[in-house]
Amino acid sequence: MTDLTTDNAGPGPRNLTTEAVKNSLGRRNRKQLYLQGLGIAAITFALTMLFILIWSLVSTGHHAFTQTHVTLDVYVDPEEISEENLPRGGFSEVLLASMAQQFPDIDVSDRAEARKLSSILSDGAQFQLRDRVVSDPSLIGQTVSLTVPLSDPYDQLNKNLVRRDTPENRRRVDDAAIARFDQLADRGMISTPLNFTLLTAADSRFPELAGLRGALVGSFWALLTCFLISFPLGIGAAVYLEEFAPKSRVSDFIEININNLAAVPSVVFGLLALAVFIGWFGMPRSAPFVGGLTLALMTMPTIIIATRAALKAVPPSIREAALGVGASKHQVVFQHVLPLAMPGILTGTIIGLAQALGETAPLLLIGMNAFITSAPSGPFDSATALPTQIFIWADSPERGFVSRTSAAILVLLGFLIFMNAIAIFLRSKFERKW
Amino acid sequence: MNDMRITEQRVDTHEIKFSGRDVHVYYGETEAIKGIDVDIEDKTVTAFIGPSGCGKSTFLRCLNRMNDTIDICRVTGDITLDGEDIYDKRIDPVQLRAKVGMVFQKPNPFPKSIYDNVAYGPKIHGLAKNKADLDDIVERALRRGAIWEEVKDRLQEPGTGLSGGQQQRLCIARAVATEPEVLLMDEPCSALDPIATAQVEELIDELRSQYSVIIVTHSMQQAARVSQKTAFFHLGHLVEFGETSEIFTNPKDPRTESYITGRIG
Repeated sequence: MTDLTTDNAGPGPRNLTTEAVKNSLGRRNRKQLYLQGLGIAAITFALTMLFILIWSLVSTGHHAFTQTHVTLDVYVDPEEISEENLPRGGFSEVLLASMAQQFPDIDVSDRAEARKLSSILSDGAQFQLRDRVVSDPSLIGQTVSLTVPLSDPYDQLNKNLVRRDTPENRRRVDDAAIARFDQLADRGMISTPLNFTLLTAADSRFPELAGLRGALVGSFWALLTCFLISFPLGIGAAVYLEEFAPKSRVSDFIEININNLAAVPSVVFGLLALAVFIGWFGMPRSAPFVGGLTLALMTMPTIIIATRAALKAVPPSIREAALGVGASKHQVVFQHVLPLAMPGILTGTIIGLAQALGETAPLLLIGMNAFITSAPSGPFDSATALPTQIFIWADSPERGFVSRTSAAILVLLGFLIFMNAIAIFLRSKFERKW
Repeated sequence: MNDMRITEQRVDTHEIKFSGRDVHVYYGETEAIKGIDVDIEDKTVTAFIGPSGCGKSTFLRCLNRMNDTIDICRVTGDITLDGEDIYDKRIDPVQLRAKVGMVFQKPNPFPKSIYDNVAYGPKIHGLAKNKADLDDIVERALRRGAIWEEVKDRLQEPGTGLSGGQQQRLCIARAVATEPEVLLMDEPCSALDPIATAQVEELIDELRSQYSVIIVTHSMQQAARVSQKTAFFHLGHLVEFGETSEIFTNPKDPRTESYITGRIG
């Protein structure tokens, strides 16, 4: 800046400033544009990735929201099914007989041929028929119209997930099977209604019968346990640390460790839970209650940190006002500061719980990835959770689980979005301006 | 209003309410108050004036032990209220603050209804026997805060919805609702417009009949208008303390003179 120090022959200092600003203005504006461009590029990239993720999930997952069914006229043969011994009746034979009616060219007395027919229907079909007859035994000897799911290969075929132009030896359904399916379709017996089984049934070996009920109920109990433990404990710890604890090396040490705890990989909490809850205390394996305890270990640091931030954000003027009229320390905290911090605390808690809902690793370690075909009736029953169910399905070889895995992920994402929406709603509703 | 008018002085003396002897206040290593001796009279408005950072607010906050909430703050020396040492171990700060009310620089109503703002103090101290009693206390406090007429029809509305001047008068009503004996005011008008300031000053003058009022102010005109006694603080020292009229017309210390004539501060 030598020109600033030259003799006063030139323009005055004010002109010099104007000149300097003018000279640097272009550079400064360019920098700003550059930064803006970078920001927009980053956001575009993030949105593209998000779109790709959702699109890939929806494009594979939407198949799982429908299920191919066939509507059959079934003669409930009194020779196979008797009222005295209903549960052990020959329901599969009855179904086979009605299928044989559709395909008279197939010799049902040959076991291999019979298998070809019975494999069209889902294994669950006979149980569906059984339930129907058990609830109404007068159906014995009559013909009922029954809509039952098709087995997975035929479901895939109906959804065009099995391509007919692939060579027969590389297809799961051979040409004869396709012909039989087309015959059924031509007779208008095939329908593809919404797949409520996905939400109402528990897990199954057969994709067409598998549902998320067990996982949803398991996740519910685990989250409830997690909330009931981590919320009061987290708030209690945060209030003590923030409002009452004397500032000392010990409290600093505790603070650092809580922050570290929030960053500990979740699988470590799983190992801890396995050793302590299951190993020492002998709690049941695969139980949502133990899962909730484990998740509480992870959620608590999050809640403590969120609560402390919310308590800090309450303006000191409110504390002074309360102290000024003679409120004691605990009255200040519990009657003024804590209520004002509640929206922030709730937001932090919900986000912590949403994190816990998606957590897989610790639940795997305590056995919540077991194969369980009924929904738990309480927090101490064996169960899976949503993320571990996704894990199980992703691991299963049947084709039908591919779309079901994506569908389960969509369900999980739906719950996460719902919980975060609640957090945003609470924040905007109770946000105060001082 | 003539800004430099000096309140009519009543030379009759009152009992001593607060009395400080060799008061020192430290924030960590820094000494904020460097030995103050002062006697504050009952039923008098005492103004603390002085340049920024001179320790007047710090001293004010010693009088109801508000400094206790600051971890690094340490107070030595004796401060007595009616002859009782307020830093004695047997005195609970809660008890003291019920006796010594405080109004802050920025109006700070609780984010609750107007009624609850005023009723809070009496409620926690158990001053009201029943609901009707509490209603009476609230009304009396709001009347004394000169805000009753403005809010009597909307007691259930939030106190934060009032204008700045109304909020400050609400805070004064809240402070007097617990029937304190002393009212500390830390620059109560600094966030208010001139009209609201005039209302609050008028109110202070009325409160004098029942309370000992101590007011910290940056405005010398305000000190001259509302106070009978004035204390001038400078760099942690109490430089001069006396009748307001004396301080403003005939200061004894050259620093006081420099300050009130606008040369320091």
